Amino acid sequence: MAAARRLLLRPLAACLLAVGLAGGAFAQNAARQPATLSDSAPEAQLNRIFEEIEANRLGEALQLTEGLLRQHPNYRLAHLIKGDLLLARARPIQSFGAVNGAPADKIADLRAEAFVRLKGYREKPPTDYVPRYLLQMQPDQKHAIVVDTQRSRLYLYENDVANGGRPRFVADYYITQGKLGAEKLAEGDKKTPVGVYHVTANLPRQKLTDLYGNGAFPINYPNEWDRRQGRGGSGIWLHGTPSDTFARPPRASDGCVVLTNQDLDAVAKNLQVGLTPVIISNSVEWLSLDDWHKERDELNQTIEAWRSDWESLDTERYLKHYSRRFKTGNAGFEQFAAQKRQVNAGKEWVKVRVDNLSVFRNPGNEEVVVVTFEQDYRSNNLNNQMKKRQYWLREDGKWKIIYEGSA
Amino acid sequence: MSAPSLLRPRINQLRALAIGVVLGLSLPAYAADLPEVQRLVKQGKHQQALEAVDAYLSSRPKDAQGRFLKGLIYTEMNKPAEAIGVFTKLTQDYPELPEPYNNLAVLYAQQKQYDKARTALEMAIRTHPSYAIAYENLGDVYAKLASQAYDKALQLDNSNAATQNKLALIRDLITTGSTGSPAKPAGKAGGKQQASAAVVSATPGAAARNVESKPVATPPAAIAAPAAPAVAAAAVAAPASAAPAPAASAFSDPVADELSATVAAWADAWSRKDMAAYLGAYAPDFQTPKGISREEWQQEREQRIAGRAGAISVRIEAAQIAVNGDEATVRFRQHYKAPGLTNTASKTLVFARVGGKWLIREEISR
Repeated sequence: MAAARRLLLRPLAACLLAVGLAGGAFAQNAARQPATLSDSAPEAQLNRIFEEIEANRLGEALQLTEGLLRQHPNYRLAHLIKGDLLLARARPIQSFGAVNGAPADKIADLRAEAFVRLKGYREKPPTDYVPRYLLQMQPDQKHAIVVDTQRSRLYLYENDVANGGRPRFVADYYITQGKLGAEKLAEGDKKTPVGVYHVTANLPRQKLTDLYGNGAFPINYPNEWDRRQGRGGSGIWLHGTPSDTFARPPRASDGCVVLTNQDLDAVAKNLQVGLTPVIISNSVEWLSLDDWHKERDELNQTIEAWRSDWESLDTERYLKHYSRRFKTGNAGFEQFAAQKRQVNAGKEWVKVRVDNLSVFRNPGNEEVVVVTFEQDYRSNNLNNQMKKRQYWLREDGKWKIIYEGSA
Repeated sequence: MSAPSLLRPRINQLRALAIGVVLGLSLPAYAADLPEVQRLVKQGKHQQALEAVDAYLSSRPKDAQGRFLKGLIYTEMNKPAEAIGVFTKLTQDYPELPEPYNNLAVLYAQQKQYDKARTALEMAIRTHPSYAIAYENLGDVYAKLASQAYDKALQLDNSNAATQNKLALIRDLITTGSTGSPAKPAGKAGGKQQASAAVVSATPGAAARNVESKPVATPPAAIAAPAAPAVAAAAVAAPASAAPAPAASAFSDPVADELSATVAAWADAWSRKDMAAYLGAYAPDFQTPKGISREEWQQEREQRIAGRAGAISVRIEAAQIAVNGDEATVRFRQHYKAPGLTNTASKTLVFARVGGKWLIREEISR
């Protein structure tokens, strides 16, 4: 009977783990990934615990779980696993979170956390692949953040300037997204926005209520593109976890991206206010370095063509870089074109420099890239320096500017 | 030399431990003192019992039996701190005895110190891997700890939940080879083993019933790992067919036997789909679940039992019986098996004696 009782837990573990391993887009590469998770992250320990359960070594699993709880006394998922392991000694249990009369939503939350944590641990992004969004960081951006809401993971990348600015994986972390998922559209929809953002401030713990934990980093939602799409809402932050809990469920915030306090502290060290990009995606796309180079080169050439065509004073050729749906401020394409023709008519020469260029692909179905740079415009009768942001959209296979404005 | 005894049934309420305690000590001389103390305890004369046991201990302060009894008396007197003191000291002086650990665990559990209770019970099982009551108690403590862990996991507020612990206090010190001659406490491993083996053979009635008549109890096979689930070797869960063996009669409680037989007959009627016998086991004032009418309930039972295709097997394990006059509570593990459905649950049947027959008044599943 002892054996039979113990066996009962196995399907549970198997079911948990099966989900963890299903759809392993890059699972086969996991072995090549160096261990970059911080030692204090619970994934490795959870993984071991479930391995012990799978191997029917429940005593070891319980010991590991108790060890995890000594490290994180407020870790609810670990308490749940401990409860199951203890209850399995008292009577056969049929399901993960076998407690009688438990609120089903809370059990589901913790189960979901176990799923995404194990999945995140077992399916590391392969080293020779990079997120498609990080096409080019500007040299002073030391790090970039990419969030995958479906996987509940935040990936921290370093701008490897010595290696031609290719993104280098640093670490990844479990995150919580909005209660109702991603693709925020409106105020109060409890969703996390999807798009290209950056950190705009650093709010220390002292200025915040306990809900935000060790600190908060607001991002610039809604950005120019969100506004153009009519998306509303505000106050989307990266922040920590209240003191009474180690982690929150995968879907629990009002739209913010929430990390455990220790993870927030680790990430915070790498954040530059006003600079660090935060790119949030439903499901991160990964490119091989070859493909990444190809996309990056193509866009660099496109931007260079726009710059040199502007200098050429061939206004029609310059305007070919702009979409018919282009808008800047209140002006549409025709107004913008008329104004450019008029200005260029008064120019004898124009010099345009583009510095500190960043190119980030916008997550989503539409092919949009966000281009930001310092523009140094000189001409015979006017000099102007500004930080400019453009949104480029691929229309009929060609990249066209659909929005342009100061950044 | 060894004290023939019977593992006492686990009893729901500590206060209800009124069933006679039989300590078949056969040593002459001072041994006679202890049955006297037992008698006083049984009569509820705790203060006198305490004085008697102190007098007994004054000349042999190390005596394990006497100290164990003193711990029990303190427990009965609702002096848990004193009782814990006595049992703790016993575990230090006689670490090989499982009973003081078990009772220490019961006391800790009453104070909701389940981690301490768990440690104590795991010690009891380490010294005596086949110790049934300790296993059952440990199962309950695990369940309690699980429940605490769940509360923390799910942020439930169960602080006021009225689930009193139901751990069984051990009444007899049965693993000692002697009645506590201080010169030779049962400290030697060999002697201890012998003593514990002697306990098993000294209860032929219970043992035979367990093994032969029906798989009432699982033999403690997985004893090597302290992590093994509760293995219940019930002493009292006698199926109906087993007539009490003569050898056991001295240790048996006739009322408990009646109740065991009643529960066994009920399970048997259920297994045979004998609806008349099954429904006949319930009292006229049986509290139907969810307050549905008796008729509705009977219909439902008919459907689920007589109306079910295939064989049904209902097996009872680890019954604990508590009697209070014409009322009794039997708690057990119920193994239910039918095509497509296998289920093990804890069940409590509340009985009332009606016209000389024990009938089910309440049926509680957990």
